[in-house]
Amino acid sequence: MAEYTIKVRRFQPESGEGPYWEEFNVDLEPSLAVLDGLLQAKDNEDGSLAVRCSCRAAICGSCGMKINGQSGLGCKTQIGEAQELANKVASAAGAKVDNAPIVIEPMGNMPVIKDLITDMESTHWTKIRRVTPWLLPHGEPPEREYVVEPESMIDITQSMACIQCGACVSSCLSMEADPDFIGPAALAKAYRFVGDPRDAETHERLHDLADDPHGIYDCTHCFSCIDACPKGVAPMDQIMRLRRKAGEEGIEDPNAGHAHEVAFVKIIEKKGTLDEAMLVQESYAPGIKGKLKPSKRGIRETIKSLPTILRPLRKRKVKLRQAIPGTHHKLPGDAMDDVKAIYAHAEEHNEEFNLYIKGEEGELVDENVEKGIERSTDPDTAEAK
Amino acid sequence: MMADQIKVAYWPGCVSRGFTPELHGSMAIVAQKLGIELVELDRANCCGAGVIAEHNQELADTLNARTFALAQQTGLSMMNICSTCQGAQSECQQRLDADSAYRAHVNEALSGQGLAYEKDKNGFTNKNFLWLLVEDYGLDRLREQVVRPLNGLRVGPFYGCYIVRPKERLGYGEFPDRDIYLEKVIEALGGQVVEYDGARKCCGFPVVTMARETSLRQAGTHVGDAIDAGADCLVTPCPLCHLNLDMQQPEAAKIVNRDLGLAVLHLPQLVALALGAEPKELGMNKHVASTGWVEERLTAGAPA
Repeated sequence: MAEYTIKVRRFQPESGEGPYWEEFNVDLEPSLAVLDGLLQAKDNEDGSLAVRCSCRAAICGSCGMKINGQSGLGCKTQIGEAQELANKVASAAGAKVDNAPIVIEPMGNMPVIKDLITDMESTHWTKIRRVTPWLLPHGEPPEREYVVEPESMIDITQSMACIQCGACVSSCLSMEADPDFIGPAALAKAYRFVGDPRDAETHERLHDLADDPHGIYDCTHCFSCIDACPKGVAPMDQIMRLRRKAGEEGIEDPNAGHAHEVAFVKIIEKKGTLDEAMLVQESYAPGIKGKLKPSKRGIRETIKSLPTILRPLRKRKVKLRQAIPGTHHKLPGDAMDDVKAIYAHAEEHNEEFNLYIKGEEGELVDENVEKGIERSTDPDTAEAK
Repeated sequence: MMADQIKVAYWPGCVSRGFTPELHGSMAIVAQKLGIELVELDRANCCGAGVIAEHNQELADTLNARTFALAQQTGLSMMNICSTCQGAQSECQQRLDADSAYRAHVNEALSGQGLAYEKDKNGFTNKNFLWLLVEDYGLDRLREQVVRPLNGLRVGPFYGCYIVRPKERLGYGEFPDRDIYLEKVIEALGGQVVEYDGARKCCGFPVVTMARETSLRQAGTHVGDAIDAGADCLVTPCPLCHLNLDMQQPEAAKIVNRDLGLAVLHLPQLVALALGAEPKELGMNKHVASTGWVEERLTAGAPA
């Protein structure tokens, strides 16, 4: 047994007071969970301490919370590990600390109802419903079950593991800046249906998610949701898959996210390193030179970005030449040959390796890779039979 | 790697030679002062910054396999000076290392030029300057090199997402303190660490062209939080973060509707200052947010 101090951010709406911190001393094995510590404090010290929980085994998804600033499940975080992290954070900028309080807060990006209980409805569930989280199948349902190739489902097994705990929503840094962002949980759920071979509305779903200015191109690629998720769903990876599929479907979005991606890929193919000025131009006004007809947004955004490039020009941080799209140098000739060969190789065979598989050589990998390796990205072959 | 003579295959990245040229110059100065020999990979290509992976993962993996192969040709481990390069390259390396069949397939694309990426060849690693400084150079040794202690300069660390997450990919199993290295370096240089909310959050740069307001609200909020916590400046190992925190700072100020004006230093600049380099040779006069206050603090506090 070991003693721990847990410092809980508390709030009772009926009191009329703001949130406050309260510390509890608990005594338990380091391998037990932070949630066990909270329940001990509730049993022994204050029965009014409010926390949502049920299965205590990382299955029900009820006990999402922030522990030392990290979003996760109270039942899946060992209190001994939480203590180590608290000590590390406390001693980052100075003397070593051995028994820093373990800081426990309600989830972020959601209103707090009481203590550690957040309102999942107003953010999480509303956004989940936003993405039409059910199957929209082709025609009449079959007489018996749908039959699909097992390989065609590999693509969505990761997103199917979601237990709707909200930890990713709590951790989302885009949502902190833009509460309207559809967010990691809902977009991972969207991919679960976009990638499902039984679904008939793939294109419409992708269009919807790309057309929304708070949709797939509002994700800031910060990896927070990947580290927060207790089930390995990696929501950000699913968002990137949605972007890739939307791109493959040729969907032009109002945020010009697809234009940005295409421009980036083409610039590296042409020059080997990044022509930053060209990327900016192509992201705002794709093909401006050819079409002479940039979008209204393109013109507006280009004007908005002018001061940003004028300031460094004035300071001679950036040379005038660098600010002109297309003047960036290429890598030397034979290096460019390498780059071109790489592009040809990666794009020619039109196969996608199963890049979900993670693990060291020899572990759990081989069989799945062999299966996944031949998986075609052509949606037609993944169609339900 | 011998602790007393560090020599690395050096990948400076695109942005340090593009819109933040002062970073590339400062790294050269600080390497010379520390005695780190840099063998620059001037024929290597862009890491893809996660954007090429979004388009085609295999393409990104192969482009970075080429960079690793070029580094391995030198017989040295690799060093970068960009959190985004670190994250994008670590992601590709993780996939390449996990699967020999995939690695062989990727190497096929490099074979025409006689290049190949080999897992663990001569203990190959790819480390950001921050990691190298703490893990290979050593904080005690760094402390000994300080000739102009930062004298309590209040510095807010700003890591960049790609160097702190996902933990499982970025070697945190072996080096669990990688997300507190900036604090350790600031302290070793004689500075005072400023704690504020944004140190490990996102600068917003990846979406600056797509969702400008979301992006600049992030940058503006973190800069504002650091000011409120009493920071004299921020320090970052990521030039892309620097673009949003420094070059875009006046625009970010408009979005968050408050005055900002906080100097943002590249990590090699902060280290080089403590090692005696002059702000001007480090290109600090070229930053958008004035570094004048930092220079004043340093000279005012300098021992007689």
